[in-house]
Amino acid sequence: MFGVLMATLLLTIVLVGSNMDVILKQGVAFQVRNEITQNPAVASNFASADEFEKFVQEQIDQRSKALGLDAPWYSPQRVGLTIYKILILDFGRATFLTSDSGSSDVKDILLEKIPKTILLFTTATIIISIIGIFLGSLASSKINSKTDRITSTFAVVSSSFPVWWIGMIMIFVFAFVYHLFPARATPSVLPSDSGYIAALLYHMTLPLITIVLIGFGSWAYLVRNFMIGTLQEDFVIAKKTIGINQKKIVYGHALKNAAPPIVTILALSLSGSLGGAIITEAVFDWPGMGRLYFDAISVMDLPVIIGATYVLTIFFLASIFVADLLYGYFDPRVKTS
Amino acid sequence: MSTAPLNEIGQEFVKNKIGLAGIGILVALFIISIVAVLTIPLDTLKTWNNPESWLEFPKIALPAWINLFLSEKIPEHQILTNSKDSHYSEDELAIFSQEFSVVYEFDDFPNDFIYEFTAKYYGAPLLQISVLRPDDTTIELLSRSLPYSEATIHHERIFSTDDTIKKNIFLQAEKFGFPLSDISAEQVVFSESSSQKVLNGRYVFLIRLVDVSSESEIVDSSLILGGKVFGFVGTDELRRDLSVGLLWGTPLALFIGIAVAIGSVVMGLLYGVYAGFIGKKTDETMMRFNDVIYALPALPFLIILAVTISNSIFVMIGFLMIFGWVGIAKVSRSMALQIKTRQYVEASKIMGQRSSKIILRHILPQLLPYAFASVAISVPAAITTEAGLSFLGLGDPSFPTWGQILHDASIHGAAARGLWWWVIPPGLMIAVTGLAFVFIGNALDTIVNPRLKR
Repeated sequence: MFGVLMATLLLTIVLVGSNMDVILKQGVAFQVRNEITQNPAVASNFASADEFEKFVQEQIDQRSKALGLDAPWYSPQRVGLTIYKILILDFGRATFLTSDSGSSDVKDILLEKIPKTILLFTTATIIISIIGIFLGSLASSKINSKTDRITSTFAVVSSSFPVWWIGMIMIFVFAFVYHLFPARATPSVLPSDSGYIAALLYHMTLPLITIVLIGFGSWAYLVRNFMIGTLQEDFVIAKKTIGINQKKIVYGHALKNAAPPIVTILALSLSGSLGGAIITEAVFDWPGMGRLYFDAISVMDLPVIIGATYVLTIFFLASIFVADLLYGYFDPRVKTS
Repeated sequence: MSTAPLNEIGQEFVKNKIGLAGIGILVALFIISIVAVLTIPLDTLKTWNNPESWLEFPKIALPAWINLFLSEKIPEHQILTNSKDSHYSEDELAIFSQEFSVVYEFDDFPNDFIYEFTAKYYGAPLLQISVLRPDDTTIELLSRSLPYSEATIHHERIFSTDDTIKKNIFLQAEKFGFPLSDISAEQVVFSESSSQKVLNGRYVFLIRLVDVSSESEIVDSSLILGGKVFGFVGTDELRRDLSVGLLWGTPLALFIGIAVAIGSVVMGLLYGVYAGFIGKKTDETMMRFNDVIYALPALPFLIILAVTISNSIFVMIGFLMIFGWVGIAKVSRSMALQIKTRQYVEASKIMGQRSSKIILRHILPQLLPYAFASVAISVPAAITTEAGLSFLGLGDPSFPTWGQILHDASIHGAAARGLWWWVIPPGLMIAVTGLAFVFIGNALDTIVNPRLKR
């Protein structure tokens, strides 16, 4: 598991490292030139333009050496240093991006974005899974009934629509036609104001509805398929013949037996929800992790990209671990083998 | 997991209504693709992002069919190119004349009218434009000479907002029973003479090029009546005809989806079967590598790749494959593990057949039904992922896909401004294409996985 984490980090560094270096070096050169032009006394000391140019170049080299930019980005020291720093949770400073409060510390930025993502996407995932499990069990207990057909059709249809497009349609319907909700999800109130939380919740409604609307269908379908398998097993038929209430069988006994795969998916989607959704956040302009990620990639802000990737991968691996543990709890056969 | 022979699956598939519906949609999409490729030249597509080539189209025009549902007909944007040309001489003057005739049947004035022409002449011929209206009155619009030159090809657009036209109309104010000041030219030309209401009927725009030599002529010309509805799906903020983008998006989406799906299924299948068949250490390492790829956050990495390496459509297909094969490799490995223990595989092993032959002859054919189902199921994901990347503005600019149309719509705030014809059709096309493959995939899945059939 640790290996997976390292591999992910390395790959990220490899992918963005070279571009990052070019950008950083240009930044240094710009900075040096800027400082020199602001101080005309320095320039007047040189006899020729060549000499002056040489001096500038020396300054640039010195500065980049101080920042460790003289070694190529793939040199073991630099990669090693980056990974070591990340392991002790020191993500360093962002090159371009800042948090809303103005800090450029990557940790601050992440700590500011994660709660917002949890607020929207984790809430949505929980709502989706509750509706999904309920609907799925209902559909599986009455196979080929109207409920079942509607659920399955809805699942298939909704899964082929891109969430962000439904988001645009929702904005069109609720923001343009009916003026019920705002089109942009970022509240215009400042975080320090008293009405901020209410404004945030109000702005959150439209994206929340969209995500739930698109998400619960496929959840219900998955649960239904797991449940059908369980409901065909002998113990369910035996219970039926004894005369136990159908509802009790479905929600009490069968659901518990179908739980392992459901729990795995729940754990994975919960951890996945922490990453937000880059595209959905772009549509609604929601200031969460996805948006941060996209902004960081578009300006090539390496510390932020690495920090965010690292945090997300950790969440992902942790959830796989938790899912494994839960699997053992629900299905004791796994433990013994 | 059953391993029914292929022809049996075919027979079952024909009985499956949803699967047939999927095939039906797919055939329709293929027909659209063929029509698009045949009717719209690739050059038109290449100029998609060049605003120059869309100048004669209207800005954010509604689809033309909207008029069917409205009692007040919105003027349609019309680009008239077929004129009645004639050459004749009059009092020693050679005259080249063009007649554009149009029936105007709308309840509002046009936005403007533009005469665009390319003329070949010597000297400085006189250009006269007049319009014959349905009530048989004629309005002189313009009479001026073209810039003097020796042998030239002259290209010009004359707009209805032209000052000369305005002045000329003002001089004919006695033909109208209402004050003409502060009214633009097109609102006078298309108005009843007694009051300012739209006059419906046939209008004939007469253009005369008067010269002493008979060699002057207008080579290429068009008359544009600016309206607010255009074509089958309207136009966008940058005046682009959305039907071009939508039609060409079909073959592109199908190509991306199918290429990615087939590529990743073949990769995953070979990888998984090989790992499962060889087993032991090889299997272990190959599966660990698989886990690493599986744990990578796909979309962020795709974005990084698109930003840093290339956003060419073909490279993008490769990137999508990298993240597509993982799940298939896992399943096909476990299936290969099962098949490996069957007696005929063991028998051929003992006979000393090479592993590659056993894999190709005995194991892969067994997995084919599963492979077909996964191809169908992978296509929608590939299409939506590509659309998503394009939506973020990372698409290939030389091939406008549906995602890119939505990207443009999004940056111009189309949804919040209510420009539904810009937002709904591309998404609907994505959804319908996805749906076709989901239907086919589901139908195949129920046949291959009999447990779901009940």
